[in-house]
Amino acid sequence: MELNINYIINSLGSLLPEVAVTLALVLIVIVDLIMGKNKSLLPYISIAGILVAGYFVIDQFGMNGFALAVDGGKGMIVVDSFGAFFKTIIVFTSIVVVLFSLSSKEIIENSDRHGEYYTLIFGMILGMFFMVSATDFILLYLAIELLSLSSYVLAGFAKNTMRNAEASLKYIIYGGVSSGIMLFGISIIFGITGSTNLYEINSLMQAPQFQGLVGLLAGILIFVGIGFKISAAPFHFWTPDVYEGAPITITAYLSIASKAAGFALLIRFIKITFIDSINLQGYWTLVNVIDWQSFLILISILTMTLGNFAALWQNNLKRMLAYSSIAHAGYLLLGLAVLSNQGIIAILIYFAVYAFMNLGAFFIVMLIANKIGSEDMDDYDGLGFTSPLIGVSLTIFLVSLTGLPPTAGFIGKLYIFFALVDANMIVVALIALANSVVSLYYYIRVVKHMYLTRPNSQTVAVVPNIANTVLLMVLLLPIVILGLYFSPLVELAKTSVALFGF
Amino acid sequence: MENNFLISLLLLIPLIGGFIVIILPKNNLNFIRYFGLFISAAAFVVSMLIFFGFNSAVSDFQFVEKYSWIKNLNISYTVGLDGMSLLLIVLTTFITPLTLISSWSSIQKKVKEFTFFMLMLEVGMLGVFASLDLFLFYIFWEAMLIPMYFIIGIWGGEKRIYATVKFFIYTMFGSLLMLVAIIWLAVYASSALGHFSTDLVELYTAAPTIATEIQNYMFLAFAFSFAIKVPLFPLHTWLPDAHVQAPTAGSVILAGVLLKMGTYGLVRFCLPLFPEASIHFAPLMSVLAIIGIIYGALVAMVQTDMKKLVAYSSVAHLGFVVLGIFAMTEESIQGAIIQMVNHGLSTGALFLLVGFIYERTHTREIADYGGIAKIVPIFSFALMFASLSSIGLPGLNGFIGEFLILLGTFKSPVLDSWWYAVFAASGVIFAAVYLLWMYQRVVFGEVKNQKLYELKDLNKREIFILVPIFVFVVWIGIYPGTFLNISKASTKKVVEQVITPDVLGIK
Repeated sequence: MELNINYIINSLGSLLPEVAVTLALVLIVIVDLIMGKNKSLLPYISIAGILVAGYFVIDQFGMNGFALAVDGGKGMIVVDSFGAFFKTIIVFTSIVVVLFSLSSKEIIENSDRHGEYYTLIFGMILGMFFMVSATDFILLYLAIELLSLSSYVLAGFAKNTMRNAEASLKYIIYGGVSSGIMLFGISIIFGITGSTNLYEINSLMQAPQFQGLVGLLAGILIFVGIGFKISAAPFHFWTPDVYEGAPITITAYLSIASKAAGFALLIRFIKITFIDSINLQGYWTLVNVIDWQSFLILISILTMTLGNFAALWQNNLKRMLAYSSIAHAGYLLLGLAVLSNQGIIAILIYFAVYAFMNLGAFFIVMLIANKIGSEDMDDYDGLGFTSPLIGVSLTIFLVSLTGLPPTAGFIGKLYIFFALVDANMIVVALIALANSVVSLYYYIRVVKHMYLTRPNSQTVAVVPNIANTVLLMVLLLPIVILGLYFSPLVELAKTSVALFGF
Repeated sequence: MENNFLISLLLLIPLIGGFIVIILPKNNLNFIRYFGLFISAAAFVVSMLIFFGFNSAVSDFQFVEKYSWIKNLNISYTVGLDGMSLLLIVLTTFITPLTLISSWSSIQKKVKEFTFFMLMLEVGMLGVFASLDLFLFYIFWEAMLIPMYFIIGIWGGEKRIYATVKFFIYTMFGSLLMLVAIIWLAVYASSALGHFSTDLVELYTAAPTIATEIQNYMFLAFAFSFAIKVPLFPLHTWLPDAHVQAPTAGSVILAGVLLKMGTYGLVRFCLPLFPEASIHFAPLMSVLAIIGIIYGALVAMVQTDMKKLVAYSSVAHLGFVVLGIFAMTEESIQGAIIQMVNHGLSTGALFLLVGFIYERTHTREIADYGGIAKIVPIFSFALMFASLSSIGLPGLNGFIGEFLILLGTFKSPVLDSWWYAVFAASGVIFAAVYLLWMYQRVVFGEVKNQKLYELKDLNKREIFILVPIFVFVVWIGIYPGTFLNISKASTKKVVEQVITPDVLGIK
């Protein structure tokens, strides 16, 4: 394979978001060096950098093509609306997380290392951007590693607490093992096909070598690596510890952006690599190597059940939200398990909504933790009455996470159920339904502590400042509005569903 | 037509009013209370406009408003009324102001929040009765859970948290099942209609064409959800807890209106959408209803807590309603509709009375009372009146409903056996036993508890709440035609939708 420099230069036009992120990363490192002890500029440079990247991402809606393609061959990257949709979520989440960082006590206390903090966030963004659009195993693996390495460090950023160090270490160990397993899977596929490109592998999939154990093994090994990123059971064990131990801004980031990138990758991997044909109703027929449908249903049921039931016993809100995010990964996987564009639309809608509600929930937990230094549910007693804004907002976020109307979370669930019913997977829908009921219990437990338990003498008032109130509204209003009028989001998801080539 | 905005107006008044309540100053309790009353009274006035503008000769939906909402799923904001829903809407707007007045003395803390939640609850209830789109219906149905959760949870009794969580989880399970069923139904119907739709009128024609086996499953999903709400035996266990722990106003709304949403759902959705399945499951539902009647009455008999007694009596009364619905004759469904209203009035009055006396003595134990007839004559009379209405004394409202239901059940071609009516009729006798026995222990006999001598009789406000209820109790009892006429045409239509000649042929 000869790679001419011209191909790269020609592709730069399609890589503008990634270029912008890289430049911003470099700029942050330089400014950090020049400015010495004064770190106050960094967050604003970060936001500016993300906004520029965001501008180019919006441009990518409607584009369709390869980048970094060798002459006549398939590219390592595709630029399509599907990728743009996920990149938009990543961009939005990144901006919000940087804004969170401005008022997070954990982050402010470690201001001497802000240069590293923002640099690594950009490392994560870059990794995620590539994960979303990579169609080549090598690039895909590098992207995952870039994301992982940056997030290992960030998980341990506050390093002065035990749980922080524990989080980072656990994350590295789990991450290292699962990426090794994934690499093994990739090597098997490369061994059989001699290619690392998903599109090329797809055309070679029918080969007899793939039948039987080999194909199955390779597919599942690769799934392990991705499953780790989206914290699907049984690869979720790191999630609660890391989410609880990491600074809350990073927890929020991991639970949304990193998960979104993982899902984008998973969808691309399964659809492009294994697809055989798409019928008129939009259902996919996959190459008969692995029974992905059964496999995904199994994993998703396992994931949501484990997540929901484990969340029932949690007293620490961060840990509870960690388990809840595992459960949400389960619902999202169902959207993929349907193996239809209908299901992918559901995933896109769900993710857009999930970003708002999960960010919102973490934001409020952070604001409360800033004030009272605890994420324990028992410390929330009576908070709803001393701090009405915080209480009402958290209630709405949690109701939305449960999936009750008239909030946006309901729309997410609605479309997942819709896809399942449309595919005649009624029993699976019923299992998901039972899971939702379980989740109701732990979500309203928080509401119970805030409103139904009588306030004790230690209950303090948490009043966000104006900037944080505005940010809160930015996260809250879409939850309410999308709950009642979701046509635009659905339309956007519909136009974003097509992967390049299909 | 100018009439065409009335239902939306009816929904908007409490909705906007509720949000205005939020911004009112927190400390001026009386202003908040009067404002809440004003809003709910305004809603009542609008419902009266609808009531008098309603043409009872027409069986179709009236006052229909339809606005496209979610275009890509063909979901629209469609509201409208027929005779059945009109009665329940008027019941809702009638009961809500009264319960708000009743809360003036019992709710002393967080009045603002309470008024807000009550008004939101009213929006939800009205929306449920007025929706002609399944999706819209579901939104109202679910959205109503949250205010009720807080009403029980914040202002309730000692075990309020347990009760409210149980209530929430129970109903949530049922309603999610309904959500899946709604989607399933809409997906199936889309092959008959040619497009995805949740419009009730469209589904009325499309749904009965679905294969019987699938219909059975869909019916079960819907019926399960409604049965939890009713509550039908054996899904009733949340009810005593919720009722007993809820504040008086919450209990009245719960018994008066919320439970009716379940029975209303059965008659509005289950029967016309799945006629074959409804007929198939009618014996099962009827048997469960009769078990509910007898079980509820027997359990009520042994209660030592007045509120619990009234709560269990609800299980029995709603059993009658379900029986009436699944007997599927015009008389029985008419009876079921009027019995829904009756139960709202008489059980509402009983809860109010229990609440009034609880405020004075802080006990609901029957054993703590006795001989209060001479001390509080007005209260004793009112309790007598409400109990007799609940028992079904001829001349009062309860009799009409139960009589029609039993009559319809005897004649029912679907149930086709008079044993149903015989067993159900025993419930009437039991009702007399537990209510009169309770009355005897509370009101007659010797005064054992010296504190009771300090008991004050009902004050003007409390009498003011009860009088309108009692007026309707007598009105329905003596001249039910006013109300039966309203629901007549639409009941007839439901029966025609279900009992078609070929359906009976299948049976």
